[in-house]
Amino acid sequence: MKIFTCIKQVPGISDVKIDPKTNTLIREGIPSIMNPMDKNAIELALSIKEERGAEIIAISMGPPQAENVLLEALSMGADKAYLLTDRAFAGADTLATSHALALGIKKILKDSDSNEKYMVICGTQAIDGDTAQVGPELAEDLDIPQITYVQKFELKGDDKVIAERAFRSEEIVVIETKLPVLISVLKEINTPRFPSMLGIVNAYKKKKVVFLDAEALKAEKAYIGLTGSKTEVFKIFIPERKGEHVKLTGTIEEMVKTLCQNLKEDKIF
Amino acid sequence: MDFSLTKKQQMIRKITREFSEEYIAHIAEESDQNSQLDPTVMKEMKRMKYFGTCIPEEYGGAGLHDDTISFCIITEEIGRIDASWSITTGVHCSVVAYPLYIFGTEEQKQEFLIPLAKGDKIGAFCITEANAGSDAGGVETNAYLDGDEWVINGSKIFATNGGIAETLLLVVKTGEKGRRKEFTVFIVDANTPGYSVGVREDKLGVRASNTSELVFQDMRVPKENDLGGIGKGFRIGLQILDYGRILMAAQCVGLGQAAIEASIKYANERVQFGQPIGKFQGIQWKIADMGVAVECSRLLTYQAAWMCDNKLDYGMIGSMAKLKASEAAMQATHDAVQIHGAYGLMKAYAVERYFRDAKMAEIYEGTSEIQRMVIAQKLLRRGY
Repeated sequence: MKIFTCIKQVPGISDVKIDPKTNTLIREGIPSIMNPMDKNAIELALSIKEERGAEIIAISMGPPQAENVLLEALSMGADKAYLLTDRAFAGADTLATSHALALGIKKILKDSDSNEKYMVICGTQAIDGDTAQVGPELAEDLDIPQITYVQKFELKGDDKVIAERAFRSEEIVVIETKLPVLISVLKEINTPRFPSMLGIVNAYKKKKVVFLDAEALKAEKAYIGLTGSKTEVFKIFIPERKGEHVKLTGTIEEMVKTLCQNLKEDKIF
Repeated sequence: MDFSLTKKQQMIRKITREFSEEYIAHIAEESDQNSQLDPTVMKEMKRMKYFGTCIPEEYGGAGLHDDTISFCIITEEIGRIDASWSITTGVHCSVVAYPLYIFGTEEQKQEFLIPLAKGDKIGAFCITEANAGSDAGGVETNAYLDGDEWVINGSKIFATNGGIAETLLLVVKTGEKGRRKEFTVFIVDANTPGYSVGVREDKLGVRASNTSELVFQDMRVPKENDLGGIGKGFRIGLQILDYGRILMAAQCVGLGQAAIEASIKYANERVQFGQPIGKFQGIQWKIADMGVAVECSRLLTYQAAWMCDNKLDYGMIGSMAKLKASEAAMQATHDAVQIHGAYGLMKAYAVERYFRDAKMAEIYEGTSEIQRMVIAQKLLRRGY
């Protein structure tokens, strides 16, 4: 089977600054990293591969320097890597991004010319945009079932999928379906491995990242990049701090009592 | 001329840094105080192939045998967090596994190198004795041939990894022709009868790293276990140490780097007389000198590694790197403690440990004085 893992290159720290004049993220001087939950996606793919064998294909859309995160995926143990990169993809929102990814996955499946089963694993969300939309939109575009917020996953027999979905921690749902499927995983699902030194050496010696542009994907301009984006960014801002925080101490009963009193005094309650 | 690291080398640095910060940093102080290497870290480091760095993949290693710069980067990054770990892996790889790869027969590689490179067994290189320190020619541990076996008697001291090693490279006297002594390097399995571990040393620095005395009483080693030929031990031993020096230099670069990073952070945060102490010239000069010293060491170390990879004679540059880097680490950690003031004397601040670890490096793997002798002899003989 083929396992696609979707990877995103993101700024290295979660508290990036925003340029107040242009309302855009200040990316200068901030190192780029692989989105942390995408590492969980690769780890799950690797554990499936170790258990039953699979070909792991890492795929990303981004500028040419996003090659680095794909090389990291190859170092971890992914077999192949594709970077969808083209000026025409620039400015994409989640919808246009998922469309490009869907075209990439379809092309790779078509070119491989086999009827192997496949699945797609995404990190639930990226630490920069935090939307959690690309996974679901990609599943819609590929027209396959999706299970999001997965914290436990099992593949049984030929193609039976059992996943524990934890959208809210108090409400865990077990979902069964069949391949092909797209799942988006939470960080709780596993602990991603660090690539070994041998993994890195072999990634750079024996593997390579394949670049695909819009033409290679036969992408229509209306559905990719800025023109294919339906999202309009109205404003990006840092929430202002509105008051001092109060830290309560003592036993739970004492803290609840004080909290209720404070809420009454402040006429919130 | 190009000073930039390749993309692969950059990835190796990034991953080793992340790994060391996540797995080793939080436990380094405790390991130092208990003089123990953490078993969880050991397990993960084996999986990461840090015990087979400079060995090809076909012998169980990571395939960096032709990229000593990467090996340096790894040693530097581990040393930046905990020098006890970088000396454990550095010694294991550079002066045990690597010589087996270079000088060993195919049978020796299959039997001894593969388990070392996979990390299934730990290795130690043993030359130092009570009466043979800087003067390695004074080795008294001896062997005589009895049928198909060499019988070894004597003892070694201050062997890095000694107490935890299962495979040893042992420099032994195998003959004397007039005033000329002959030495041989033997590969020894630690399960051989007659082998025992003596005192485990309690040290000033790199305390978690195991340093032990080893005793051999009528220890019988198969005839075919000599490394590189009978009587070739002195030449081979020196070649082994030449390579190991580059890695010890790299470890010192890591220690110096750690000292600077801690000092910069502290100098920017610590306020005295109404301003961060980094605003005072007395501190600024120290920071500048630390930066210069460590950067010089890094350049020399990478140069020696580059020469090694390009099959050039790196002996003298390697000695220069080891000398400069260990003294730079000593200077930088000394200044780091000074910048931290009384806090720098406390166990709670890592600079106290860096300082003790750096002092070790001016002595082991050839003292600063021996390095100066080696460098001076080469310069005076060959010119510059």
